[in-house]
Amino acid sequence: MKILTGNDLKTGEVIWWDGTGWSRHVDDAVDVGERGDVILAREDAERRVNSGYSIEASKEDGPDGTRIRPAHIKDRVRALGPTVRPDLTLKPADPEAGNWVI
Amino acid sequence: MYLYDSYDQAMVDARVEEFRDQAQRRLEGRITEEQFRPLRLMNGLYLQLHAYMLRVAIPYGTLNSRQMHMLADIADKYDRGYGHFTTRQNIQYNWIKLEETADLLADLASVEMHAIQTSGNCIRNISSDHFAGAAADELIDPRPYAELLRQWSSFHPEFSFLPRKFKIAVIASDTDRAAMKLHDIGIQIVKNDAGELGATFYVGGGMGRTPMIAPMIRDFVPLDQLVTYSEACLRVYNRYGRRDNKYKARIKILVHELGKEEYTRQVEEEFQHLLDQGVEPPLAELERLRPYFADPEFTDGPKNVDRSDPEFALWVARNTNRHKHDSYVSAVISLKPLAGIPGDASSEQMHLMADLAKEYSFDELRVMHTQNIVLPHVKIADLHALWTKLEAAGLGAPNVDTIEDIIACPGLDYCSLANARSIPLAQRLSQRFAEKGRTEELGELKLKISGCINACGHHHAGHIGILGVDKKGTENYQLLLGGSEAQDTSMGKITGRGFDEDGVIDAVEKVTDIYLDKREDGERFLDTYRRIGMDPFKEALYD
Repeated sequence: MKILTGNDLKTGEVIWWDGTGWSRHVDDAVDVGERGDVILAREDAERRVNSGYSIEASKEDGPDGTRIRPAHIKDRVRALGPTVRPDLTLKPADPEAGNWVI
Repeated sequence: MYLYDSYDQAMVDARVEEFRDQAQRRLEGRITEEQFRPLRLMNGLYLQLHAYMLRVAIPYGTLNSRQMHMLADIADKYDRGYGHFTTRQNIQYNWIKLEETADLLADLASVEMHAIQTSGNCIRNISSDHFAGAAADELIDPRPYAELLRQWSSFHPEFSFLPRKFKIAVIASDTDRAAMKLHDIGIQIVKNDAGELGATFYVGGGMGRTPMIAPMIRDFVPLDQLVTYSEACLRVYNRYGRRDNKYKARIKILVHELGKEEYTRQVEEEFQHLLDQGVEPPLAELERLRPYFADPEFTDGPKNVDRSDPEFALWVARNTNRHKHDSYVSAVISLKPLAGIPGDASSEQMHLMADLAKEYSFDELRVMHTQNIVLPHVKIADLHALWTKLEAAGLGAPNVDTIEDIIACPGLDYCSLANARSIPLAQRLSQRFAEKGRTEELGELKLKISGCINACGHHHAGHIGILGVDKKGTENYQLLLGGSEAQDTSMGKITGRGFDEDGVIDAVEKVTDIYLDKREDGERFLDTYRRIGMDPFKEALYD
């Protein structure tokens, strides 16, 4: 699947396209197929995303439901936060969160 | 240390308001990101993996307690309670909001600091010896010359759009503590046979994807021609440096392609031309700067410390440097706690270091390119009290220049350019060697880790270097041996095929085993490597 990501213009936060808007959580990302460029052009023009781009990702079913896994490690680090500061990630209470990146 | 005059303050204040307007126009959609990007980079604001990152300039790594307190306050007010001290003697914040950046810059300006020229193809922060003005072995304090060059290079209209970024280091001792020959221009203040002070120029060094050691192009430039000669070096580069390929745009490529002799010939020609142009500031300007760097009022006191406490004795042995006044030392505060993040300091730690500088070091601190902090002038009589307070705050690691004192770039945990993570390797390596009690046995061993070929972690110059690469979407690490960024500058050589994360940690242990097995009396790791060569290490790693 192809998903869209970028940064919030004002705050710089990593954000993911959820079909209607932008979420901080990669698991909210939706498959945009071939519509990525159109969506990004529109969202960039409206300043709802900064430096947006499209990436490959896959769906993974697990005990907590379906999760989205970006294909490249760089985007998995972006999705979680710095692996060396779990307290600053989106899953600070999950000791296994860092392993998901690798 | 240098204090702003009304011109400096007015320039920095004006720049804050200019950026405030630029950021507002971006937020309102009146300029695009493509238009805004070079403007924010000129003010040190990058867009990194998780957020905007701001790099703050600390000229030649010198700051006072008021400034360090402000850096701590900024960490709390605009970031997440910490900052990262860098290999360019600067500090970076990782979680900055664009909408708050102008206010942050205004706070910085209130303590005579800024983020100007910490990015972009311009002359970056001038670096220097972190023991400048304190070291027993220096000829003269190099910082007035670094400050002169800082003022010359700030907002220099001719050098604001160079082919690539440009880094200058100034030192004044034969011991190189600033990686001087790995800079675009490295300057050593020297004395000639007639007893006159001058500058030796090394031009065209650097790390990155094409590491080169700068050749010396002139052994003595009179100090009243320092700026003019620098200008000549820059002019030739600005004219002929390659702008068609960013990977070949640094001055080291130009010097290499032209050859040292031809580059030098052109610089000398330009220099002769410039001598008639009145480029050089009057010597009175240098004399105006000098008093800012005058010695504090040192007083005599005990020359030795009681070393009966072995932990204190180890810290003194590892973390202090001989001072030009025999009742003082320079004390290094290690930002490499066991399994910690190299160079990171919390706001509480920054406040404490500021307070300790005020109490014990004439209100002065230095940032080292090795990502530690120096209190340059500590009375020997105060050392135990200082150490006790550092220990209590977790800042007393006795590991300077050991295998635990690892330089590591932010790597893939923070940096959008990185291919692999650096910090977790540093954490695991320091832990492994500390737990095995090998640190002391290994002695001086400089280990440096970069998460990509840009070499912000100086991996080429590590006695042991590690380079993170992307191998089909997974992290892989190359091992290098034999580098040095000291006066015996050398570039490390790659051992062979790379390793995964676990593998490279084992590999580092194997090469240290070979060193311990083969070393002769008094040899550091680097000395043994230079004597026996790569083969014994390769055999241990790959056979």
